[in-house]
Amino acid sequence: MKEKTLKEKALILNEIDIDRVLKRISHEILERNKGSKNLVFIGIQKRGVPLAKRISKSIDDLEKSKIKVGKLDITFYRDDIGKKIKPEVEITDIPFEIVDKDIILVDDVLYTGRTIRASLDALIDFGRPKSIQLVVLIDRGHRELPIRADYVGKNIPTSEDEFVDVKLKEVDGIDRVTICEKI
Amino acid sequence: MLSVKSILNVEDLSLEDINLVLSNADSFLEVLKRDLKKVPTLRGKTIINLFFEPSTRTKTSFELAAKRMNADLVNFSAPTSSLKKGESIIDTVKTIIAMKVDLIIVRHPDSGAAKFIFKKTNIPVINAGDGKNEHPTQALLDLYTIRKKFKDYKKVKVAIVGDILNSRVARSNIKLFKKMGLDVSVVSPPMLLPENMDYFNVGIKHNIDDVIEDVDVLYMLRMQFERHSRKLYPSIREYNEYLGLNMDRVSKMKKESIVMHPGPVNRGIEISEEVMNLNDKSSDRLLIDTQVTYGVAVRMALLYLLLG
Repeated sequence: MKEKTLKEKALILNEIDIDRVLKRISHEILERNKGSKNLVFIGIQKRGVPLAKRISKSIDDLEKSKIKVGKLDITFYRDDIGKKIKPEVEITDIPFEIVDKDIILVDDVLYTGRTIRASLDALIDFGRPKSIQLVVLIDRGHRELPIRADYVGKNIPTSEDEFVDVKLKEVDGIDRVTICEKI
Repeated sequence: MLSVKSILNVEDLSLEDINLVLSNADSFLEVLKRDLKKVPTLRGKTIINLFFEPSTRTKTSFELAAKRMNADLVNFSAPTSSLKKGESIIDTVKTIIAMKVDLIIVRHPDSGAAKFIFKKTNIPVINAGDGKNEHPTQALLDLYTIRKKFKDYKKVKVAIVGDILNSRVARSNIKLFKKMGLDVSVVSPPMLLPENMDYFNVGIKHNIDDVIEDVDVLYMLRMQFERHSRKLYPSIREYNEYLGLNMDRVSKMKKESIVMHPGPVNRGIEISEEVMNLNDKSSDRLLIDTQVTYGVAVRMALLYLLLG
């Protein structure tokens, strides 16, 4: 994928902020689901995956559980096929049954909602889960479909010529969320 | 994005193209492992299988690949159509164009047919075998099979055994494997080698025993009986003696070496019954069926990269 030309405008979350936000979300998930018994995590490639791993690990530490984590690439379910440069396809790996499970779907940024729409289609092709709950690190508004997150790290109002840049240690070497201007 | 609009031959593909196809094949292989082996990616796209020569494997492989991606695929088998009434290829193709297809998959007994059709229609074409010239998708799936087994294929020794003269599979494979840096040699009696072997720049042997102990990939070709207008070999027994794979020869192979074949196998001619039965004993030696599975994934990747 081409590197976007970005100019940093503001720092939203630093490493410590991200850690606190994810810990808070872990507790919210446990509260809402009354424990972790039926949960499975699925991270949306690319940055949803490390986020899913971090949150599930927090829950494992709290509950002495061993929650399963899967990876989902939605490239083949996109609704804009042929309209832009092909994104690099990452691996989908869901090595467990999702039927009747409560799926915690995790992504880094919620924007138009189309990625989540594609994810729902993909997941339903794998089976019929009991529920799908959505975790996003950042909700930046501007939904084009009726999609909403169940757990939000931070709400950031943005304009359309801004870009929310999420960097995570596992992928980018550093934990940092900034608002950037597209040049 | 691929650097080409059609898959006509191996030469046109850049290294980036080849790696793009193979890495996408991994993702499609995962789709093929699911219970619901479908993705909506090519919904609304129309693909035509234009086969002027008989085929089971390749045709079905492409059909499956298309359908798993929700594309609409139509089969056109030459003998059952108006080609019998004397319609030329181009008239046939024009009829099909008028039906607004997005991609044509062609197999034809004349070398260069696929390129011809692409030039005339400007619709993306995949060459599924043109005369003795090339069969690029077979080469790609064979390369993928080798890569899955050996990871670093630059150290891999391949020996292609059999009727090189009449084999488009051999030509595509030699070109692609050499392009990717594999060590390629052929095993063939002189009368089954093309005159211009220097062009291919590969090692040449005339007896399978010369390579059997050293080779990593033994690629067996089918004896092309239907292409032999005159007798190019004294007898099947003699072919067997110099080029046939039997259990005795298999026992001399390195532990990790594999046997491949594009199919269909002439049992008892290229490969003995006993060796073919290894397939059933869940041996890792014969990858013929694996090639077929990988073939669908590689073809899905090609359709995706050309149409998606």
